[in-house]
Amino acid sequence: MQKPTDVGSNAAFLAVHLIDAGDVEFGGAASAKIKGDLRRLGIVEALARRAGIIAFEGEMNLILYSSHGGRITVCVDRGAIEITVEDDGPGIEDIDLALTPGYSTAPDWATDLGFGAGMGLNNMQKNADGFEIHSHIGSGTRIVCWIARGEHDAA
Amino acid sequence: MEFQEVARLVEGEVLVPPPDGGLPIDRAYAADLLSDVLALTEESTTLITGQISPQVMRVAEILSVIAVIFVRGKHPPGPLVESAARLGIPVVVTKKTMFETCGLMYQNGVRPCRNRPMLVRTPPSSPST
Amino acid sequence: MTLREIADRLGCQILAGARRGDRRVTGGFCGDLLSNVLAAARPGDLWLTIQHHVNVVGVAQVAGLAGILLVEGVEPAESVIAKAEELDVAVLRSSQSAFELAGRLHRTLFAELR
Repeated sequence: MQKPTDVGSNAAFLAVHLIDAGDVEFGGAASAKIKGDLRRLGIVEALARRAGIIAFEGEMNLILYSSHGGRITVCVDRGAIEITVEDDGPGIEDIDLALTPGYSTAPDWATDLGFGAGMGLNNMQKNADGFEIHSHIGSGTRIVCWIARGEHDAA
Repeated sequence: MEFQEVARLVEGEVLVPPPDGGLPIDRAYAADLLSDVLALTEESTTLITGQISPQVMRVAEILSVIAVIFVRGKHPPGPLVESAARLGIPVVVTKKTMFETCGLMYQNGVRPCRNRPMLVRTPPSSPST
Repeated sequence: MTLREIADRLGCQILAGARRGDRRVTGGFCGDLLSNVLAAARPGDLWLTIQHHVNVVGVAQVAGLAGILLVEGVEPAESVIAKAEELDVAVLRSSQSAFELAGRLHRTLFAELR
Protein backbone atom coordinates (compact mmCIF):
# COMPACT_ATOMS: atom_id res chain seq x y z
CA MET A 1 0.00 0.00 0.00
CA GLN A 2 1.09 3.53 -0.53
CA LYS A 3 2.53 5.52 2.25
CA PRO A 4 -0.11 7.99 3.42
CA THR A 5 0.66 11.47 2.22
CA ASP A 6 -0.46 14.66 3.85
CA VAL A 7 -0.54 12.83 7.11
CA GLY A 8 -0.03 16.07 8.96
CA SER A 9 -2.82 18.08 7.41
CA ASN A 10 -5.76 16.00 8.55
CA ALA A 11 -4.06 14.30 11.49
CA ALA A 12 -6.39 13.24 14.25
CA PHE A 13 -3.57 12.58 16.66
CA LEU A 14 0.13 13.29 16.92
CA ALA A 15 2.50 12.38 19.73
CA VAL A 16 6.23 12.41 20.13
CA HIS A 17 7.96 10.26 22.72
CA LEU A 18 11.57 11.00 23.62
CA ILE A 19 13.62 7.94 24.46
CA ASP A 20 16.95 8.02 26.31
CA ALA A 21 19.79 5.72 25.32
CA GLY A 22 20.60 3.06 27.88
CA ASP A 23 17.37 3.60 29.77
CA VAL A 24 16.58 -0.09 29.98
CA GLU A 25 14.62 0.21 33.19
CA PHE A 26 11.93 2.23 31.46
CA GLY A 27 12.16 0.44 28.16
CA GLY A 28 8.76 -0.31 26.76
CA ALA A 29 6.97 2.32 28.83
CA ALA A 30 6.51 4.65 25.87
CA SER A 31 5.21 1.81 23.70
CA ALA A 32 2.71 0.69 26.29
CA LYS A 33 1.51 4.29 26.48
CA ILE A 34 1.31 4.49 22.69
CA LYS A 35 -0.86 1.41 22.57
CA GLY A 36 -3.05 2.70 25.37
CA ASP A 37 -3.43 6.08 23.63
CA LEU A 38 -4.44 4.41 20.38
CA ARG A 39 -7.05 2.30 22.13
CA ARG A 40 -8.44 5.40 23.82
CA LEU A 41 -8.69 7.02 20.39
CA GLY A 42 -10.91 4.14 19.37
CA ILE A 43 -8.40 2.21 17.28
CA VAL A 44 -9.33 -1.48 17.33
CA GLU A 45 -7.30 -3.85 19.54
CA ALA A 46 -5.62 -5.72 16.68
CA LEU A 47 -4.22 -2.57 15.08
CA ALA A 48 -3.28 -0.95 18.38
CA ARG A 49 -1.42 -4.11 19.33
CA ARG A 50 0.54 -4.13 16.09
CA ALA A 51 1.41 -0.48 16.62
CA GLY A 52 2.46 -1.23 20.19
CA ILE A 53 4.75 -4.01 19.02
CA ILE A 54 6.32 -1.82 16.35
CA ALA A 55 6.84 0.94 18.89
CA PHE A 56 8.27 -1.47 21.43
CA GLU A 57 10.86 -2.90 19.07
CA GLY A 58 11.77 0.61 17.95
CA GLU A 59 11.98 1.83 21.52
CA MET A 60 14.25 -1.01 22.62
CA ASN A 61 16.50 -0.42 19.60
CA LEU A 62 16.87 3.24 20.57
CA ILE A 63 17.70 2.26 24.14
CA LEU A 64 20.15 -0.47 23.25
CA TYR A 65 21.86 0.86 20.16
CA SER A 66 21.53 4.61 19.72
CA SER A 67 24.27 6.95 20.88
CA HIS A 68 22.06 9.59 22.46
CA GLY A 69 18.56 8.17 22.38
CA GLY A 70 15.98 9.32 19.88
CA ARG A 71 12.30 9.77 19.36
CA ILE A 72 9.21 7.88 18.40
CA THR A 73 6.55 9.84 16.56
CA VAL A 74 3.04 8.47 16.25
CA CYS A 75 0.73 10.07 13.75
CA VAL A 76 -2.82 8.88 13.17
CA ASP A 77 -5.10 10.00 10.41
CA ARG A 78 -8.20 8.49 8.87
CA GLY A 79 -6.21 6.19 6.64
CA ALA A 80 -3.33 4.96 8.70
CA ILE A 81 -1.27 4.89 11.85
CA GLU A 82 2.28 5.99 11.14
CA ILE A 83 5.13 5.32 13.56
CA THR A 84 8.55 6.85 13.02
CA VAL A 85 11.55 5.82 15.09
CA GLU A 86 14.62 7.97 14.64
CA ASP A 87 17.96 8.78 16.19
CA ASP A 88 21.09 10.65 15.21
CA GLY A 89 23.67 7.93 15.64
CA PRO A 90 25.59 5.72 15.18
CA GLY A 91 23.83 4.52 12.01
CA ILE A 92 23.66 1.01 10.60
CA GLU A 93 26.58 -0.11 8.50
CA ASP A 94 24.84 -2.86 6.57
CA ILE A 95 21.07 -2.55 6.47
CA ASP A 96 20.49 -5.86 4.69
CA LEU A 97 22.48 -7.62 7.38
CA ALA A 98 20.59 -5.81 10.10
CA LEU A 99 17.33 -6.99 8.54
CA THR A 100 18.40 -10.63 8.54
CA PRO A 101 16.29 -12.50 11.09
CA GLY A 102 18.41 -13.49 14.06
CA TYR A 103 21.24 -11.05 13.36
CA SER A 104 22.02 -9.11 16.50
CA THR A 105 24.72 -6.88 17.87
CA ALA A 106 23.27 -6.93 21.36
CA PRO A 107 25.74 -7.16 24.23
CA ASP A 108 25.55 -10.23 26.48
CA TRP A 109 23.84 -8.38 29.29
CA ALA A 110 21.03 -7.44 26.94
CA THR A 111 20.65 -11.00 25.74
CA ASP A 112 20.25 -12.17 29.27
CA LEU A 113 17.49 -9.68 29.78
CA GLY A 114 15.66 -11.26 26.91
CA PHE A 115 16.60 -8.83 24.17
CA GLY A 116 18.97 -9.20 21.30
CA ALA A 117 17.32 -12.19 19.68
CA GLY A 118 17.84 -10.30 16.44
CA MET A 119 14.17 -10.20 15.56
CA GLY A 120 13.36 -6.57 16.36
CA LEU A 121 13.40 -5.08 12.87
CA ASN A 122 11.70 -8.17 11.49
CA ASN A 123 8.95 -7.90 14.06
CA MET A 124 8.44 -4.30 12.97
CA GLN A 125 8.18 -5.39 9.33
CA LYS A 126 5.85 -8.22 10.19
CA ASN A 127 3.44 -5.93 12.00
CA ALA A 128 3.51 -3.08 9.52
CA ASP A 129 1.76 -2.75 6.19
CA GLY A 130 4.57 -0.50 5.04
CA PHE A 131 8.15 -0.26 6.25
CA GLU A 132 11.05 1.98 5.31
CA ILE A 133 14.50 2.16 6.84
CA HIS A 134 17.10 4.80 6.12
CA SER A 135 20.46 4.87 7.83
CA HIS A 136 23.93 6.28 7.38
CA ILE A 137 27.01 5.68 9.48
CA GLY A 138 27.64 8.79 11.51
CA SER A 139 24.30 10.41 10.85
CA GLY A 140 21.63 8.19 12.28
CA THR A 141 18.71 5.95 11.50
CA ARG A 142 15.11 6.58 10.58
CA ILE A 143 12.52 3.85 10.43
CA VAL A 144 8.99 4.56 9.26
CA CYS A 145 6.19 2.02 9.62
CA TRP A 146 2.57 2.41 8.82
CA ILE A 147 -0.53 0.38 9.47
CA ALA A 148 -3.61 0.79 7.30
CA ARG A 149 -6.82 1.44 9.17
CA GLY A 150 -9.97 -0.35 8.12
CA GLU A 151 -13.60 0.71 7.93
CA HIS A 152 -14.24 -0.69 11.37
CA ASP A 153 -12.18 1.76 13.34
CA ALA A 154 -14.17 4.13 15.45
CA ALA A 155 -11.96 7.21 15.46
CA MET B 1 -8.60 -24.41 33.73
CA GLU B 2 -9.32 -21.64 36.22
CA PHE B 3 -6.52 -19.33 37.33
CA GLN B 4 -6.66 -20.48 40.96
CA GLU B 5 -6.56 -24.12 39.83
CA VAL B 6 -3.44 -23.37 37.83
CA ALA B 7 -1.84 -21.69 40.85
CA ARG B 8 -2.57 -24.76 42.98
CA LEU B 9 -1.37 -27.13 40.27
CA VAL B 10 2.04 -25.49 40.05
CA GLU B 11 2.16 -24.94 43.83
CA GLY B 12 2.53 -21.27 43.10
CA GLU B 13 2.26 -18.13 45.15
CA VAL B 14 -0.34 -15.68 43.85
CA LEU B 15 1.15 -12.19 43.79
CA VAL B 16 -1.72 -10.49 41.99
CA PRO B 17 -5.07 -12.26 42.30
CA PRO B 18 -7.59 -12.60 39.49
CA PRO B 19 -10.84 -10.63 39.52
CA ASP B 20 -13.64 -11.88 41.74
CA GLY B 21 -15.40 -13.74 38.97
CA GLY B 22 -12.30 -15.84 38.32
CA LEU B 23 -10.28 -16.10 35.13
CA PRO B 24 -10.35 -18.97 32.64
CA ILE B 25 -6.96 -20.05 31.38
CA ASP B 26 -7.29 -21.72 27.99
CA ARG B 27 -4.07 -21.06 26.16
CA ALA B 28 -0.48 -20.57 27.18
CA TYR B 29 2.83 -19.55 25.73
CA ALA B 30 6.26 -20.12 27.26
CA ALA B 31 9.27 -17.94 26.45
CA ASP B 32 12.12 -16.05 28.06
CA LEU B 33 13.01 -13.78 25.18
CA LEU B 34 10.84 -10.72 24.82
CA SER B 35 11.25 -10.53 21.07
CA ASP B 36 9.84 -14.02 20.95
CA VAL B 37 6.89 -13.07 23.13
CA LEU B 38 6.28 -10.07 20.88
CA ALA B 39 5.78 -12.41 17.96
CA LEU B 40 2.70 -13.87 19.67
CA THR B 41 -0.31 -13.26 17.54
CA GLU B 42 -3.11 -14.28 19.83
CA GLU B 43 -4.81 -12.40 22.59
CA SER B 44 -5.99 -13.86 25.86
CA THR B 45 -2.90 -15.94 26.39
CA THR B 46 -1.19 -16.77 29.65
CA LEU B 47 2.52 -16.10 29.53
CA ILE B 48 4.90 -18.51 31.24
CA THR B 49 8.34 -16.97 31.64
CA GLY B 50 11.50 -16.78 33.70
CA GLN B 51 12.16 -13.22 32.56
CA ILE B 52 11.51 -10.68 35.32
CA SER B 53 12.70 -7.48 33.66
CA PRO B 54 10.31 -4.49 33.80
CA GLN B 55 9.59 -4.93 30.12
CA VAL B 56 7.65 -8.10 30.75
CA MET B 57 4.60 -6.25 32.03
CA ARG B 58 4.79 -3.63 29.30
CA VAL B 59 4.89 -6.37 26.71
CA ALA B 60 2.03 -8.13 28.50
CA GLU B 61 0.02 -4.91 28.26
CA ILE B 62 0.79 -4.41 24.57
CA LEU B 63 -0.18 -7.99 23.80
CA SER B 64 -3.22 -8.15 26.07
CA VAL B 65 -1.79 -11.12 27.94
CA ILE B 66 -4.32 -12.23 30.56
CA ALA B 67 -2.04 -13.72 33.22
CA VAL B 68 1.66 -14.25 33.87
CA ILE B 69 3.34 -17.21 35.55
CA PHE B 70 6.93 -16.70 36.63
CA VAL B 71 8.84 -19.95 36.87
CA ARG B 72 12.05 -21.17 38.48
CA GLY B 73 11.14 -19.30 41.66
CA LYS B 74 11.89 -15.99 39.94
CA HIS B 75 10.27 -13.35 42.09
CA PRO B 76 9.51 -10.26 40.08
CA PRO B 77 10.53 -6.96 41.67
CA GLY B 78 7.96 -4.79 43.47
CA PRO B 79 7.42 -2.27 40.65
CA LEU B 80 6.62 -5.10 38.23
CA VAL B 81 4.02 -6.52 40.60
CA GLU B 82 2.55 -3.05 41.05
CA SER B 83 2.25 -2.60 37.28
CA ALA B 84 0.54 -5.96 37.03
CA ALA B 85 -1.93 -5.02 39.74
CA ARG B 86 -2.62 -1.68 38.03
CA LEU B 87 -3.18 -3.41 34.71
CA GLY B 88 -5.34 -6.08 36.28
CA ILE B 89 -3.06 -8.90 35.11
CA PRO B 90 -2.95 -11.75 37.66
CA VAL B 91 0.51 -13.05 38.54
CA VAL B 92 1.74 -16.33 40.03
CA VAL B 93 5.27 -17.37 40.96
CA THR B 94 6.19 -21.04 41.04
CA LYS B 95 9.39 -22.77 42.04
CA LYS B 96 8.79 -25.34 39.34
CA THR B 97 10.73 -25.25 36.11
CA MET B 98 9.24 -23.95 32.89
CA PHE B 99 9.28 -27.49 31.53
CA GLU B 100 7.33 -28.90 34.42
CA THR B 101 4.91 -25.98 34.52
CA CYS B 102 4.14 -26.42 30.81
CA GLY B 103 3.86 -30.16 31.27
CA LEU B 104 1.37 -29.94 34.13
CA MET B 105 -0.77 -27.30 32.44
CA TYR B 106 -0.79 -29.22 29.17
CA GLN B 107 -1.80 -32.43 30.93
CA ASN B 108 -4.69 -30.51 32.45
CA GLY B 109 -6.07 -29.25 29.20
CA VAL B 110 -4.40 -25.89 28.62
CA ARG B 111 -3.66 -25.58 24.94
CA PRO B 112 -0.81 -23.94 23.03
CA CYS B 113 -1.29 -20.81 21.03
CA ARG B 114 -1.76 -21.34 17.38
CA ASN B 115 1.64 -21.55 15.75
CA ARG B 116 2.48 -18.49 13.86
CA PRO B 117 4.58 -18.86 10.73
CA MET B 118 7.81 -16.89 10.65
CA LEU B 119 6.25 -14.23 8.48
CA VAL B 120 8.48 -11.41 7.42
CA ARG B 121 6.54 -8.97 5.31
CA THR B 122 8.47 -7.85 2.28
CA PRO B 123 9.02 -4.15 2.71
CA PRO B 124 7.68 -1.95 -0.09
CA SER B 125 10.23 -1.27 -2.75
CA SER B 126 11.50 2.00 -1.42
CA PRO B 127 15.27 1.84 -1.50
CA SER B 128 17.06 2.55 1.74
CA THR B 129 19.37 5.38 0.80
CA MET C 1 13.42 -43.27 26.24
CA THR C 2 15.98 -42.60 23.57
CA LEU C 3 16.39 -39.45 21.52
CA ARG C 4 15.28 -41.26 18.42
CA GLU C 5 12.13 -42.56 20.06
CA ILE C 6 11.32 -39.09 21.32
CA ALA C 7 11.98 -37.55 17.91
CA ASP C 8 9.59 -40.09 16.38
CA ARG C 9 6.98 -39.64 19.03
CA LEU C 10 7.01 -35.84 18.83
CA GLY C 11 7.44 -35.71 15.07
CA CYS C 12 10.72 -33.79 15.15
CA GLN C 13 13.36 -33.57 12.48
CA ILE C 14 16.87 -34.59 13.45
CA LEU C 15 19.23 -31.94 12.11
CA ALA C 16 22.48 -33.13 13.68
CA GLY C 17 23.88 -35.89 15.82
CA ALA C 18 21.67 -38.61 14.38
CA ARG C 19 24.18 -41.18 15.47
CA ARG C 20 23.45 -40.13 19.07
CA GLY C 21 19.93 -41.40 18.54
CA ASP C 22 20.33 -44.03 21.24
CA ARG C 23 21.13 -41.49 23.89
CA ARG C 24 18.76 -41.63 26.83
CA VAL C 25 16.56 -38.67 27.61
CA THR C 26 15.75 -38.44 31.30
CA GLY C 27 14.03 -35.08 31.47
CA GLY C 28 13.27 -31.83 29.72
CA PHE C 29 14.35 -28.24 30.14
CA CYS C 30 12.76 -25.15 28.64
CA GLY C 31 14.65 -21.90 28.51
CA ASP C 32 16.23 -19.31 26.29
CA LEU C 33 18.55 -17.57 28.73
CA LEU C 34 21.88 -19.33 28.35
CA SER C 35 23.24 -18.53 31.80
CA ASN C 36 20.11 -20.00 33.28
CA VAL C 37 20.46 -23.19 31.25
CA LEU C 38 24.02 -23.66 32.46
CA ALA C 39 22.92 -23.15 36.03
CA ALA C 40 19.79 -25.25 36.11
CA ALA C 41 19.54 -27.84 33.33
CA ARG C 42 20.48 -31.38 34.31
CA PRO C 43 22.51 -33.91 32.35
CA GLY C 44 20.20 -36.04 30.28
CA ASP C 45 17.66 -33.25 29.80
CA LEU C 46 16.41 -32.52 26.31
CA TRP C 47 16.70 -28.74 25.99
CA LEU C 48 13.80 -26.96 24.31
CA THR C 49 14.72 -23.50 23.07
CA ILE C 50 14.17 -20.96 20.34
CA GLN C 51 17.81 -19.85 20.52
CA HIS C 52 19.58 -21.20 17.49
CA HIS C 53 22.94 -19.46 17.34
CA VAL C 54 26.19 -21.35 17.64
CA ASN C 55 26.57 -20.82 21.40
CA VAL C 56 23.73 -23.22 22.16
CA VAL C 57 25.83 -26.14 20.97
CA GLY C 58 28.64 -25.40 23.43
CA VAL C 59 26.14 -24.96 26.25
CA ALA C 60 24.47 -28.30 25.50
CA GLN C 61 27.77 -30.07 25.46
CA VAL C 62 29.16 -28.49 28.62
CA ALA C 63 25.95 -29.20 30.52
CA GLY C 64 25.81 -32.82 29.35
CA LEU C 65 22.35 -32.41 27.89
CA ALA C 66 20.76 -35.17 25.85
CA GLY C 67 20.30 -32.76 22.99
CA ILE C 68 18.70 -29.56 21.78
CA LEU C 69 15.16 -29.33 20.45
CA LEU C 70 14.66 -26.13 18.47
CA VAL C 71 11.08 -24.89 18.63
CA GLU C 72 8.82 -22.72 16.48
CA GLY C 73 10.44 -24.05 13.33
CA VAL C 74 13.56 -21.92 13.64
CA GLU C 75 16.29 -22.79 11.21
CA PRO C 76 19.83 -22.80 12.48
CA ALA C 77 22.68 -21.74 10.22
CA GLU C 78 24.88 -24.38 8.60
CA SER C 79 27.67 -23.39 10.95
CA VAL C 80 25.53 -24.37 13.93
CA ILE C 81 24.82 -27.82 12.46
CA ALA C 82 28.50 -28.27 11.69
CA LYS C 83 29.45 -27.33 15.23
CA ALA C 84 26.87 -29.75 16.60
CA GLU C 85 28.27 -32.61 14.53
CA GLU C 86 31.76 -31.67 15.59
CA LEU C 87 30.89 -31.63 19.30
CA ASP C 88 28.62 -34.65 18.99
CA VAL C 89 25.51 -32.76 20.10
CA ALA C 90 22.11 -33.89 18.83
CA VAL C 91 19.90 -31.12 17.40
CA LEU C 92 16.21 -31.73 16.76
CA ARG C 93 13.66 -29.35 15.32
CA SER C 94 9.90 -28.90 15.40
CA SER C 95 7.49 -26.28 14.17
CA GLN C 96 5.48 -26.42 17.40
CA SER C 97 5.76 -24.05 20.32
CA ALA C 98 7.82 -24.69 23.43
CA PHE C 99 4.65 -24.98 25.50
CA GLU C 100 3.19 -27.68 23.29
CA LEU C 101 6.41 -29.64 22.92
CA ALA C 102 7.10 -29.44 26.64
CA GLY C 103 3.58 -30.68 27.28
CA ARG C 104 3.94 -33.61 24.93
CA LEU C 105 7.46 -34.48 26.07
CA HIS C 106 6.40 -34.31 29.71
CA ARG C 107 3.53 -36.67 28.98
CA THR C 108 5.77 -39.02 27.02
CA LEU C 109 8.44 -39.17 29.69
CA PHE C 110 6.35 -39.13 32.84
CA ALA C 111 2.65 -39.54 32.38
CA GLU C 112 2.96 -42.68 30.34
CA LEU C 113 4.98 -44.42 32.99
CA ARG C 114 1.93 -44.72 35.19
